[in-house]
Amino acid sequence: MSDVVEKTLTALPSLLSLDSQTVATKLSSTSKLGALIRGITELRSKHEEEKLIQRELASLKDQVSSPHTSMRQMKEAMVRAIYCEMLGYEASFSYIHAIKLAQQGSILDKRVGYLAVCLFLKENHELLLLLVNTVLKDLQSTNLIEVCMALTVVSQMFPKDMIPAILPLVEEKLNHSKEIIRRKAVLALYKFYVMAPNQVQHIHNKFRKALCDKDPGVMFASLHIYLQMIKDNPEGYKDLTGSFVTILKQVVSGKLPMDFNYHTVPAPWLQIQLLRILSILGKNDKHSSEIMYEVLDESLKRAEINHNITYAILYECVKCIYTIYPNSDLHEKAAKCIGNFVISSKINLKYLGLKALTFVIQQDPKLALQHQMTIIECLDHPDILIKRETLELLFRITNAQNVTVIVEKMLEFLHQSKDDYTTIDLVGKVAEIAEKYAPENKWFIETMNTVFSLGGDMIQADIPNSFLKLLSEGFDNEEENKKLRLFAVDSYVSLLEGETRKLPQRFLQVIAWVLGEYSHLRTDLDPAKVMTLLSKLLDIRQISSETKTWVLMAMTKLCSGEASISKAQSVCEDYRSSSDTVLRQRAHELQLLSQDPALRGQLLPLHRGSETLEVDFSLSFLDAFVSEALAAGAAPYKPPHQRHEELAQEKALSLEPYELSLPINMSSYSVSGRQSPTLMSGSSGLSGDSTELSAKGSSATLKLEGVKRVWGKEGYLSKEDPVEEVAQVETLSPLSSPNQPPGAGRTLSNAAAPSETPEPQQEKLQLASSLFVGLSLQTSVCLMGQPEPTAQRFRRKAKTPNSSSSALPERVSVAPVPTSSVDNMLSHDPLEATSMLPEVTHETILPPNTEVNALLIDTANSSPSPSNGVEIPFETSENEIAKTPKHECPVRSLPPDLLGLPHTKITSLCSSQTLDVSACHVEKDDSVSLLIFTSNLSDSDMENIHFSFSTEQLQVSLSSERPLHEILKHSNAVCEYSLTVHAPAIHFQMVGTLSYESSSQSREMEFSYKLPLSSFIRPLVISTEQYGTHWLDFSNDTKQNLALVSEGQDPLTDTLNILKRKLGLHVVEVIGLEGIAACRLAQDQPCLLHCRVNAGTLAVWLRSPVPKLPDCLLYHCQRVLEET
Amino acid sequence: MQQQIIRETFHLVSKRDDNVCNFLEGGSLIGGSDYKLIYRHYATLYFVFCVDSSESELGILDLIQVFVETLDKCFENVCELDLIFHMDKVHYILQEVVMGGMVLETNMNEIVAQVEVQNRMEKSEGGLSAAPARAVSAVKNMNLPEIPRNINIGDINIKVPSLSPF
Repeated sequence: MSDVVEKTLTALPSLLSLDSQTVATKLSSTSKLGALIRGITELRSKHEEEKLIQRELASLKDQVSSPHTSMRQMKEAMVRAIYCEMLGYEASFSYIHAIKLAQQGSILDKRVGYLAVCLFLKENHELLLLLVNTVLKDLQSTNLIEVCMALTVVSQMFPKDMIPAILPLVEEKLNHSKEIIRRKAVLALYKFYVMAPNQVQHIHNKFRKALCDKDPGVMFASLHIYLQMIKDNPEGYKDLTGSFVTILKQVVSGKLPMDFNYHTVPAPWLQIQLLRILSILGKNDKHSSEIMYEVLDESLKRAEINHNITYAILYECVKCIYTIYPNSDLHEKAAKCIGNFVISSKINLKYLGLKALTFVIQQDPKLALQHQMTIIECLDHPDILIKRETLELLFRITNAQNVTVIVEKMLEFLHQSKDDYTTIDLVGKVAEIAEKYAPENKWFIETMNTVFSLGGDMIQADIPNSFLKLLSEGFDNEEENKKLRLFAVDSYVSLLEGETRKLPQRFLQVIAWVLGEYSHLRTDLDPAKVMTLLSKLLDIRQISSETKTWVLMAMTKLCSGEASISKAQSVCEDYRSSSDTVLRQRAHELQLLSQDPALRGQLLPLHRGSETLEVDFSLSFLDAFVSEALAAGAAPYKPPHQRHEELAQEKALSLEPYELSLPINMSSYSVSGRQSPTLMSGSSGLSGDSTELSAKGSSATLKLEGVKRVWGKEGYLSKEDPVEEVAQVETLSPLSSPNQPPGAGRTLSNAAAPSETPEPQQEKLQLASSLFVGLSLQTSVCLMGQPEPTAQRFRRKAKTPNSSSSALPERVSVAPVPTSSVDNMLSHDPLEATSMLPEVTHETILPPNTEVNALLIDTANSSPSPSNGVEIPFETSENEIAKTPKHECPVRSLPPDLLGLPHTKITSLCSSQTLDVSACHVEKDDSVSLLIFTSNLSDSDMENIHFSFSTEQLQVSLSSERPLHEILKHSNAVCEYSLTVHAPAIHFQMVGTLSYESSSQSREMEFSYKLPLSSFIRPLVISTEQYGTHWLDFSNDTKQNLALVSEGQDPLTDTLNILKRKLGLHVVEVIGLEGIAACRLAQDQPCLLHCRVNAGTLAVWLRSPVPKLPDCLLYHCQRVLEET
Repeated sequence: MQQQIIRETFHLVSKRDDNVCNFLEGGSLIGGSDYKLIYRHYATLYFVFCVDSSESELGILDLIQVFVETLDKCFENVCELDLIFHMDKVHYILQEVVMGGMVLETNMNEIVAQVEVQNRMEKSEGGLSAAPARAVSAVKNMNLPEIPRNINIGDINIKVPSLSPF
């Protein structure tokens, strides 16, 4: 079949040349679109097309805005607008008309309108809000096609905020009799789940129903949702593993209708989806994996190799087998499969085979050996993608022996590649393995040179950084280090002697730094020569000012000897009035140091020996400055995340004292940033003068208290990166120049740190241990306050801080760095504040998911109990009482202090010949009291009475006033417990045990008691304004349409009054068709209710800070309203 | 942006020979390494799908095949001009195959049936001007087709531990 089509299509062009004229004329005669298209095909230049389209758009604009245009014409115009947009011309004037068309037109117009909306608007376009009502209307339509269209549009694009408005309607469609509607509804819900997972958390059980749908198509659609949900949280759906396996088993064995077959393969896409789900579920889970083995084996067997789609299944199967808990038998079969893929002559299969091999290689390196010849062949394959995949595979199996070959291949590829994306990716990989496995210095330096020149300026920033770090820290072998550095110097000198214009900036920076630090190692090299080479760089026009800074820094280190100094002077002349402040500062430094050899010798000792460099991590030399500033009324420094939090709080009512507020803080720092040159000289002179400082500090007690709070527990975390940053400053002075804003910014947090957070020894130890952590390269997302991820790139070499500093290069420019870097840091500080932003959001996204699952599990666990737990005890007790009429009825009355309060009927919990236990609960103002009435009917006394309760959702505590230990014969006693809600539930089920001793025999009796949530609900009296401020703060919400009580004049008020009466809600206000009410669970657990009359139903929206509370309360609202 | 993606995609795809694989890594243009271009080449036409890693490569290739076969059925021997002059219809057909970015239907007959209902609707609108009331009611009463799937349907037996209502 497919071949036939392909042939027809290949034959088409020849037919077209004959046909096109007639077809085109036929079509064009009927429509304006035809005319437009024909017009376009006759054009000869882009310019002409532009003119034509602009003309067309102008006439379209006239047409759509004319009131006389009929819907039919409008529809036609819309198609032309779509066509123009497709060609890349904006037709934004028609957007609103597209929405109007969808709103007002007949069903066919609607279809065009919806299509235009889908094609024109982006997902968050503001005009989409206008579509909501139309969608609502169409969802309620009796015409199935309209419903279908509405669902399609909803799944394509819908404003996130409006999901609650249509959610109930879409949900309803899950029960529709037509499978196509159910299927589309499921996909729409999938979209909602992706957009806003917590909006649909209450309908997870409906997803399950969709999964069990009698139509396999609906089930297939629901798998999209499950794949997503399981990806988000594999643990939550382990119980479904068996179900998915069963489904797959049935599909594989051909139990589905023939209809689902595709090229005689039963429902291949369904199988693929299931295999993907299973692989996630079985990952690192032996138990779940074991359930799958059989069906996977079956799938492998069934998928006989004859068609493309069976390969697709096989590929998923193989991936699944290698993802889940390993099974040797399956691995063997899967390996064979991969083999077939790799050696296949079909290029697509080869590609997938390589992909599979790459995936598998870490677990089973032998497999690569089996196919090494094929892999080698693939390296020379004409298809660039195959080559790329092969290199990826090689990258995974690189070791010290094969690294040179693999890198050679990769570089070969890089030379040909023109795609930036691939280049950046591959360059990173080359750098990584070269660094890891480099066999010799020469090779390493040459490889890195190629990396830098090929990677250009798009290269990831950490490649040059880690390269320089490696050079400076070196290996354990000092001799080797020297050789490596010498080689680098030689190589760069010769590079600079050649053509330098084409070299990327990053590479030039690296060269400058290396020459600055290490060119003195080459004793036969005249520093003046290096200076000349470097100064030549400054003359290149393309060179960036950042690179110039690096070059100047290198010159600063080098300027010794007459010739160099004069060279330096002339360079200084050029740059000391540069408009770039950083550059200017460097020029001044260079000038000062070149004139004063003594100072330079002190700052940049040539032979520093092996003494460890003392770095003042707490930057105590700045303390004087800080305390002075504080005494002068400056706000204490706050780490960026705290500032950010405060900024967020600022929108709410701020009760913080004025001095802590942000603006002052910022301004004080910007001032100090500008003034820094003068301040620096003062502060560095005072460096280490912390005793005097702390005395000053104690005099300004008030201010420092504020400081202390800022640098309390919270500040401590963020303080750990500065430690490492400073360590870096120490080793690589040029790196602290402005090209590293984040690092620099972090150091600032130290600069402002007052002396009372001294550098604890522990932190050093921590740093040491963190440096020992493995060789991983991933730059993972940095969570706020966690120092590890940011510090990662410092860990590449497993070394203690001590050994690394002892292996430091001989010349370390320490002193200038803090001065200048602090200066730079200050100016970069705001950068860091912004870089923190995404991380914060990242953190806040996480919780909803976990909640969702908790909800799911909870309802699953708790649901069976109410039905069998309650009724039975009740029944037996009644029988018991009926059977024993001779016993006097125990007197039960409430204790006097509880008499006035609302309480339930006293019900019997359990009774026997000798004992009767009954209970009721009393609704107190802020808690619920459970009263247990115990009647001793026997002739002996009860002693050692003890009640125990087991309930997960409630907290039970004995009200101390009425402890109960014994009950004399034929008497009664009351015991009071106070209950508070631990986790909301619809009903709370308590199982209690009463143990006592009677006639020296110990006995036990079990009973259970059930309370509805409504017993715990109390009115919350707030004003509309308060309601308004709280509404958006509460994150847990639920929405549903409820029946409206329609007896009286005003259904809304009536309904609210019923809720008020029966559930104890406080009705805050009723305005027109909307009403708001509030209640609370305990003192601080409010729940807000918003309802609105909408087409004869009551759209209720509940919000609360407590998870599950809205759902549970909604249930009770529904019950109450149904009862009346 | 969209234009740029289309242009560069075409640039990439049109350069490729027939003897190379049907997948392409789009790179930064389409959002990174998680995304892929999967295409099929029919005469002068390229059908390109951009998918993320949650789709099976070969599965999508066959989905394109299904899509093209459906086009062929719906337009009766489809040619480029059909697609150009009726790009709205192409969109409607595509909407039945892929909805909101997810595969909705892979069964060609089912897709064709859905599209045919819509076509019938269109024809009935041809007479709308003549007898509006009649036509409208005809549209209202029209039902979506459902291909009989009753064969064997009882056999698929899915056991899912269901959640009780609450």
